Amino acid sequence: MNERENILGRIREALRFPARRPGSHGVTEGKTALPTVAERREVLPPVSSSFDAQMALFARNCAELRADFKLCRDADEVIAELARLREAEGWSRIASHRGPQTESAVTSFGLPVLWTERGYDKHELERCAAGITACDALVAQTGTVVVSTRTGGGRALNVLPPHHVVLATRDQLVPDLPAAFATLKERYGADYPSMISFITGPSRTGDIERILVLGAHGPKKLTILCV
Amino acid sequence: MNTAAKQFVRDATRLSADLRHRGLIQTALGKYEVKRDEMKARFHDWERARQLAADTKWEAINHLDQYLDQFVRQLEARGTKVHWASSARQARDLIRGILAARGARTVVKSKAMTAEEIHLNEDLERAGFTVVESDLGEFIVQLRQEPPYHIVFPAMHLTRGEIKDTFEARLHDAPSDTPEELTMVARRVLRQKYVEADAGITGANFAVAETGMISITENEGNARLTAALPTTMITLLGIEKIVPRLEDLALLLPLLSVAGAGQLLSGYNTLYGGPRQPGEPDGPEEYHVVLLDNGRTAYLADAEQRDALHCIRCGACLNVCPIFRNVGGHTYGTTYSGPIGSVITPNLRGLPDWKHLSYASSLCGACTETCPVKIDLAHHLLQNRRNASRVKPSWWQKLAFKLFAPVANSQFLWRWLVTKGGRVGWVFHRLVLGTRFDPAYAWTRTRDLPPIAPQTFREWWRARQNGSAEAGNGGNAAKP
Repeated sequence: MNERENILGRIREALRFPARRPGSHGVTEGKTALPTVAERREVLPPVSSSFDAQMALFARNCAELRADFKLCRDADEVIAELARLREAEGWSRIASHRGPQTESAVTSFGLPVLWTERGYDKHELERCAAGITACDALVAQTGTVVVSTRTGGGRALNVLPPHHVVLATRDQLVPDLPAAFATLKERYGADYPSMISFITGPSRTGDIERILVLGAHGPKKLTILCV
Repeated sequence: MNTAAKQFVRDATRLSADLRHRGLIQTALGKYEVKRDEMKARFHDWERARQLAADTKWEAINHLDQYLDQFVRQLEARGTKVHWASSARQARDLIRGILAARGARTVVKSKAMTAEEIHLNEDLERAGFTVVESDLGEFIVQLRQEPPYHIVFPAMHLTRGEIKDTFEARLHDAPSDTPEELTMVARRVLRQKYVEADAGITGANFAVAETGMISITENEGNARLTAALPTTMITLLGIEKIVPRLEDLALLLPLLSVAGAGQLLSGYNTLYGGPRQPGEPDGPEEYHVVLLDNGRTAYLADAEQRDALHCIRCGACLNVCPIFRNVGGHTYGTTYSGPIGSVITPNLRGLPDWKHLSYASSLCGACTETCPVKIDLAHHLLQNRRNASRVKPSWWQKLAFKLFAPVANSQFLWRWLVTKGGRVGWVFHRLVLGTRFDPAYAWTRTRDLPPIAPQTFREWWRARQNGSAEAGNGGNAAKP
């Protein structure tokens, strides 16, 4: 028996009677009107069109989410910042993936690196102190970092190690969620990565008496270094 | 009363008088309300956002065949195996079959209400699989062998002390009762499970037809790990999860986060479009999507209540419901509790057994007002009452209305009843007040019955119109 045909058949049968439109009094007719990008923008939290204001909003959202955000002058400052984290947290082994943003920064300070882009041993990744990745976009509206299997070194690198460090560039900042989805569509078109994640702050839970605890399963710390 | 109704009344009576339980729920939901209102206020126009979200889900649900077909074709094109299950049993058989074919023994699960709906865990455990819930709240209730208390906050009814005791008894590891340390115990235990598990099972919050992706919203990262490390990934989702386009999520994701947890955007909102693709470093070798009907197509056929399938399972209607806030989640005895559960359960599992849930409502309409996709929950509860009486009329209700109708239709009889008749009845009522012979016992058992006013409104009005000296203060002192 073909359940696909059974279920689709039942759906078609069920839909012969039209349903009332939401928010109307009994209206079932009318042309399909999916919200447009402009309509969605009008209702979502407003974001200024100025780049500096967007960057400031992103920083404010990060602070609220308890993610560490630092706007760096140049690549050297990013490396200095990574070295500072290495000292502060006593990293002995880190994981990353080879890419234009990550490779030079990660190789510059002499720690053993587990590179993930060609496959890796998950037990080894579990023992790494930090995962350093690139990203697809930063969303000012929500303080979100968008990563995918291509920019985040796979699925696990950006969520398994206890500290996730994102190396981003200023031109990756987008104002809002509609712009983030438009960026993804433009970049990947018909060939999307098998995973795309909107990461908003470090891993968190409120499951015990609704008290916020960071680092439930994923990273306890999220650091975003933007150059 | 049937068993389910008896159980509801028994548990509701007990819990509504349990001040400790009430304290826990009020504290948890009080915190939620503050954050939710703060985030709603950040929206430029929250009410319009609800309307746009409702329009999006209306379009998807009312063209479900087309969008579902598109979703499945897109998924299959990138190597995902899609399975269709008409019933809970078929879904369980399919999932057991997939796990067996892959030679899997241990399964790590992220939160999925569809899995609760089909009682997947019990079934897999009976078949010899080891199943570990990875969401912290679900992990806690699984250790206690309880069902989740709330669709978003599964362990909301437990204190940190109770959770510490559970960890001590079941894991022999509970250094203290601070939420931080308890969370770290779970983190340690579960990290090993992710790395060792053969298969991961997830639910989904949305299914994007345009690109053939599922979307999972979470805060902990447990679903991320479930989808990253095991070599087999299975997603069980209800067919109503469809949204037409990828960009629709730009609105639906923040709406779900605000309504569900009082966050502008939850920690991880992740799209999955297939197994590990060529050139990707990790991810499952096989990805299976199981589409679940289990009564949804029958629901779809009810045009009046079709919008109940717009539900995004945010739990907002539970959080604002005065009934839920007093009787709690377990009292309902259903997978989905609160107003949405009271609306859909009688239609999915049978009106005669579950019609009592239609009365678990004060009809205040708070659920309808808060629903981020504008489901008309309060009216659906009324429609369920109407439908239940059509399916199986109750003889005493019919008799009561037969007696009531001629009285209510006659001016003379009605006036007599509310004046002299009522007062005569009042005298006799005192004799049985508060005893089981009292016809109003359900009320008078725990409450005072207010006395009948000395005057009817008509009498008061007439006295007032006659212009007695005291008319200015409402004519209370009017004398015959």
